[in-house]
Amino acid sequence: MSTLILGTHKGLLLFDTDNCEIKREFHAGVPVSYAAIDPRTGVLWAGVDHGHWGQKLHFSSDMGATWEELSTPAYPEGAEITDGKAATLSYLWIITPGGIDQPERVYIGTEPGGLFQSDDGGNSFQLVESLWNHPSRKEHWFGGGRDHPGLCSIMVDPRDSNHIFIGISVGGVFETTDGGKSWEPRNKGLLACYLPDPNAEVGHDPHFVVASKSNPDVMWQQNHCGVFRTTDGAQTWENVSQPGGPVNFGFAIAVDEKDSDVAWVVPAVSDEKRIAIDRALVVCRTDDGGKTWKEFRTGLPQNNCYDLVFRHALAVQGDKLAFGTTNGNVYISEDRGESWRCLGTAFAPVYSVQFA
Amino acid sequence: MPHVKFTKNLQRFFPTLRDSVVDGCTVAEVVASLDKRYPGLAGYIVDERGALRQHVNIFIGDEMVLDRQTLNDAVNENSKVYVFQALSGG
Repeated sequence: MSTLILGTHKGLLLFDTDNCEIKREFHAGVPVSYAAIDPRTGVLWAGVDHGHWGQKLHFSSDMGATWEELSTPAYPEGAEITDGKAATLSYLWIITPGGIDQPERVYIGTEPGGLFQSDDGGNSFQLVESLWNHPSRKEHWFGGGRDHPGLCSIMVDPRDSNHIFIGISVGGVFETTDGGKSWEPRNKGLLACYLPDPNAEVGHDPHFVVASKSNPDVMWQQNHCGVFRTTDGAQTWENVSQPGGPVNFGFAIAVDEKDSDVAWVVPAVSDEKRIAIDRALVVCRTDDGGKTWKEFRTGLPQNNCYDLVFRHALAVQGDKLAFGTTNGNVYISEDRGESWRCLGTAFAPVYSVQFA
Repeated sequence: MPHVKFTKNLQRFFPTLRDSVVDGCTVAEVVASLDKRYPGLAGYIVDERGALRQHVNIFIGDEMVLDRQTLNDAVNENSKVYVFQALSGG
């Protein structure tokens, strides 16, 4: 039996995939931008987007039986998005645990682009100033479709907790090897097709970046301008998109837990037309590091479909995958994405999907 | 001391929230006083710079606050302060 943690526009759901029922519902009616369990502690984290009342951070140590609201990360006095524009927290994009050797370390990626770090289990967070003060930020990071840049991806190297990659949408991939004291852009080989210089050092748009658990030097990203892969720890990126599609534009991406050559995407038409290709849902999988891609449609709607899958709304666990869509449809596969079962069509729009 | 009334919407997150009489000569001081009584409440009304959140409104009597950035609007002991949120949603 699988339990999915669904962050949706109308609350956080723990969903029983065998019985197709909501086991528990939390923050009902309130958008949950991101929800995930910290595997080190079993704590269930939720970024709650109250809109009117601002972003709020909640956690539960007992799978939702009780919740505690923590102080939301706050940009310090004097922090500016651009000169003269004070920075305030506008979105909680992602919540990621630190290394196994840092049981109290938690990271939060936010909009307008700041990385926050806690060393007390989330009771307090501080802005990682070295990244916020990176010389590229004010001039070369920007909001893309949102008002401001978002830090949407955080990958802590399981071999070395001081080695971290982050992805800024829009800004690019950055690496630290000294625990966040300094950061370097790692965008060589990516394409920023919307910039005058598509090969610029900074200003790329990694919608979502994931690292292979079995080989952390291999990372995949669904970028605004295609799908890219690195096998050398982001020193270089290779474009593994399909020139004629369908693998090109999209938001979500997942990598197999054991085989770093295997990844999945749920592509959409293009930047200019963000809808399902031929109004049909397709999941594409590569088994050879992106050289070739297979299309899987069994169990997915092939007509009158306008679903997209947002960047945090595709999850993998062993041979199982699950995704939720902008139209509130949720699907699960138990055969590595080759066939799908619908878990419901009347959810609210889905922002994040995780296996519990 | 100013009297403060709240939208019912906030009671979901602060179940003990009630209409309150608090200290303050400005709206900002009123919010700070409320936060002492209901820890965390200020963060629902203002952002970390102390500016009124975009879709939250505060009235003093029948008049909307003018200074949304620092909430320096004056209040007195007879002021009735109302904290509302926008009715939009969906």
